[in-house]
Amino acid sequence: MRPQDLLAPTPAGLCCRLGGFHIDPMRSVERALITHAHSDHAHPGHGMVLATQETLDMMRLRYGDNFAGRTQAIRYGETLRLNDVTVSFHPAGHVLGSAQIAMTHEGLRIVASGDYKDAPDPTCEPFEVVPCDVFITEATFGLPVFRHPDAAREVRKLLDSVRLFPERAHLVGAYSLGKAQRVIALLRAAGFGAPIYLHGAMEPITRYYESRGIPLGDLRPVKDMKKAELAGTITLAPPSATSDIWTRRFPDPLTAFASGWMRIRARARQRGVELPLVISDHADWNGLTATIKATGAGEIWVTHGEEDALVHWCKTQGLAARPLALIGYGEEDESIPAAIEGDA
Amino acid sequence: MNRFAELLDRLSYEPGRNNKLRLITQYFREVPDPDRGYALAALTGALSFRHAKPGLIRELIAARVDPELFALSYDYVGDLSETVALMWPKTAASSPIKEPPTPDPSPPLRGGRGATGATPTSSPPSASVASGGEGSGVGGSSPHINAQAGAPPQSSCTATERAAQGHNNPPPPSLTDVVTTLATLGKTELPAQLARWLDELDETGRWALLKLVTGAMRIGVSARLAKTAAAALGNKDPHDVELIWPGLTPPYPDLFAWLEGRADKPANRDAAPFRPVMLAHAIETDDFAALDARDFLAEWKWDGIRVQAVSGRDDDGNIVSRLYSRTGEDISKSFPDLLPSLHLPGAIDGELLVLREGRVQSFNVLQQRLNRKSVTSKLTREFPIHLRAYDLLADDDTDLRLLPFAERRARLETFVANLDDPRIDLSPVVPFDDWTTITAARANPAAFGAGDDAEAVEGVMLKRRDAVYLPGRPKGQWWKWKRDPHIIDAVLMYAQRGHGKRSSYYSDYTFGVWTQSDDGDQLVPVGKAYFGFTDEELLQIDRFVRRNTTEKFGPVRHVVHEPDQGLVLEVAFEGLQRSTRHKSGVAMRFPRISRLRWDKPPRDADRLETLERMLKTEETH
Repeated sequence: MRPQDLLAPTPAGLCCRLGGFHIDPMRSVERALITHAHSDHAHPGHGMVLATQETLDMMRLRYGDNFAGRTQAIRYGETLRLNDVTVSFHPAGHVLGSAQIAMTHEGLRIVASGDYKDAPDPTCEPFEVVPCDVFITEATFGLPVFRHPDAAREVRKLLDSVRLFPERAHLVGAYSLGKAQRVIALLRAAGFGAPIYLHGAMEPITRYYESRGIPLGDLRPVKDMKKAELAGTITLAPPSATSDIWTRRFPDPLTAFASGWMRIRARARQRGVELPLVISDHADWNGLTATIKATGAGEIWVTHGEEDALVHWCKTQGLAARPLALIGYGEEDESIPAAIEGDA
Repeated sequence: MNRFAELLDRLSYEPGRNNKLRLITQYFREVPDPDRGYALAALTGALSFRHAKPGLIRELIAARVDPELFALSYDYVGDLSETVALMWPKTAASSPIKEPPTPDPSPPLRGGRGATGATPTSSPPSASVASGGEGSGVGGSSPHINAQAGAPPQSSCTATERAAQGHNNPPPPSLTDVVTTLATLGKTELPAQLARWLDELDETGRWALLKLVTGAMRIGVSARLAKTAAAALGNKDPHDVELIWPGLTPPYPDLFAWLEGRADKPANRDAAPFRPVMLAHAIETDDFAALDARDFLAEWKWDGIRVQAVSGRDDDGNIVSRLYSRTGEDISKSFPDLLPSLHLPGAIDGELLVLREGRVQSFNVLQQRLNRKSVTSKLTREFPIHLRAYDLLADDDTDLRLLPFAERRARLETFVANLDDPRIDLSPVVPFDDWTTITAARANPAAFGAGDDAEAVEGVMLKRRDAVYLPGRPKGQWWKWKRDPHIIDAVLMYAQRGHGKRSSYYSDYTFGVWTQSDDGDQLVPVGKAYFGFTDEELLQIDRFVRRNTTEKFGPVRHVVHEPDQGLVLEVAFEGLQRSTRHKSGVAMRFPRISRLRWDKPPRDADRLETLERMLKTEETH
């Protein structure tokens, strides 16, 4: 059987007709398999959702109890049969609960990896290589200019800045699901023991991470603080808030932003970021290419991001490769605020 | 080099002047001689060595990476140095940071890995700390200084750098290594040396190195700011640094010794120092209500280059003359033909213009004199330079800056009369009694005394009679009131990704107007604009371009432009010229997007005939 008979792009998203399900569909469908809880992958309103417990929990936190008709949790490594298709979920290393979805039918295996990273992250299960025939990879950072530095070094930059400007408040823009918690964990690992302040939008997911046994230290809501008390502190906020009038509550705020986009200087400047922190929850170029090789897949489908370069590289490696024009994920990545608000 | 790179990196993002100063001063405090001295030289533009051309950088990267991947990356990043810094292939031993999930970590870049390899054997850490750090310049007293302020951060930094290096790689070059090597390097040795350094440095280091060697730093730090930061190291007045500066040479050990209280002030005195300039606010219609016309003097606002022309006597009594830009860069070398005219000691604030037969030429003509490597006699003959004076900051040894403007003006008139030089004249005062008169003058300078020079007038300046000369932009003292720009509605035709600040967004727009052709009306391109819009508008246009691309020609997107479909841009511009380079036959000066006309169908945009009419009016003027 041909791979496209098992899985094919449709306007609603990737569809497995044999198994009767979609993966990360953009529109409401009967049965959705969801890789992770970021809003561009996890939409509310499906008849039935199959995902990891963490993904289901966080969708519920964001969309309310009625985010889907029915839900079913699946563990990493657990195998389920949906009609004639065998399905299993494997850690993607992207955020808490993120998964790659493997589909097998008559000896053909396709892995849809969703968003993933191979760099260490204390707040989620590490990425697992799943051997397959067709590997569907993201390409958010699919250009060789993207080689993310060691995240610990980036966090040291932040701490150095707090030391140099003790009278200023450091505002760190970070996506509220995943990036924020990872930055906090990195700060703790770097020995920063002081309270870390949170924008209100950060709290539910962060508290959820803690409830799943991820220690994040002393966290406090920033809204209770007086302006002067925030000198020399670190506050995490959604990226959109760091350029908002909300920042007036801080003494001479210094804007940092934790994102893989910060590797490109113009991106940081466009947004007025003074301290770019190159910390990404997506694989960088080396991670993408190394992972593609490691899966042993002979055919690569490339989605959302800089597909051209990755498809070109695959071909130079003798791999069949094509871009999957999936609208919805890719489009957000290049426009200004979306790219910056995005979960990169 | 990595510490200097870190400084440039921070500076490039920091918008605040005071914070920039803090960062630079902190660097001077932490980093020993001679590195910090060379850093000061780099920031003030005082280094001279053979700059690497972009072509060389391209060749270096082309030999190491897949050309297709480079092209895609460069298109995305929009800056050559940055692209190369980011994608320069790492040598095998220098990436100990992360372990790929697979046993085969080789990057895909052709010819990359191991191209240079790990050359010399490892040097013991202690030895290389000595060579890279505690340099030769300061002598015995430097450890004491370091122990007070700089030592802890520096030693920890060195330790982490060392940890990240792995044991097979040579240590990254210090700034001193780079600067002193470049100063003596032959042209043929440059490529190999650059490649070696690029192998040894990290991303930020490579970026800074490439900025340095291509001579395009552009990090928003003026020479003045760097000197002010140095002054702050010893709580000195920046003006004092400015005064001794011309006698100093990199890496400035005597300057730092003085700033750190280890030696006397270097004995040089600048005979022709720069004085920070005073700037004007743009006036708005609402402002006039609160202002009394009698308090003000008016002048034409000339469309030239603001300069400060300074002369003084050195210790031997000889006249020293210099020409400074408004930011304090010494631009004397570009205008040697003006310097002999500055034969009396004093400091003139004025406008640099090109005059032919007594008539001021357009800014386009003046531009031919700028950014020239060598100033030939042909150039000075064809583009005769002229200084139009409007203020006097010093008369011989007397500082006039605390006098009211009206008094300085009187001194200026005498001074210019004494100079009695055809290359220097007075910017005339425009007489007026009330705001109505000056409004009329601004609308029609030719009828109010500007005569043939009216074309070079870009508005009027209003200066309070009692304004003392203050650096910066003090409120309410000087106002500029620019001429209204011309406006047309044009249709967006093509878009390209921007460079620099706008990279990776479609921010360069080619726009056109309607003209009659054999096939009926069609759009003809009349110009390009890449600014004027807000960040929010950029986002909207970028989205429009992506969704309405009909064809791609390399980096250029062909955007839909039909009578009923497309985007109308309101374009503001300062003037028109005939052009043989444009199909339309006209070229705009200083075009920018002033508004997005989502409400207007493209069929209602302007026609070429409108521009041709404007052109005729300008020409007969």
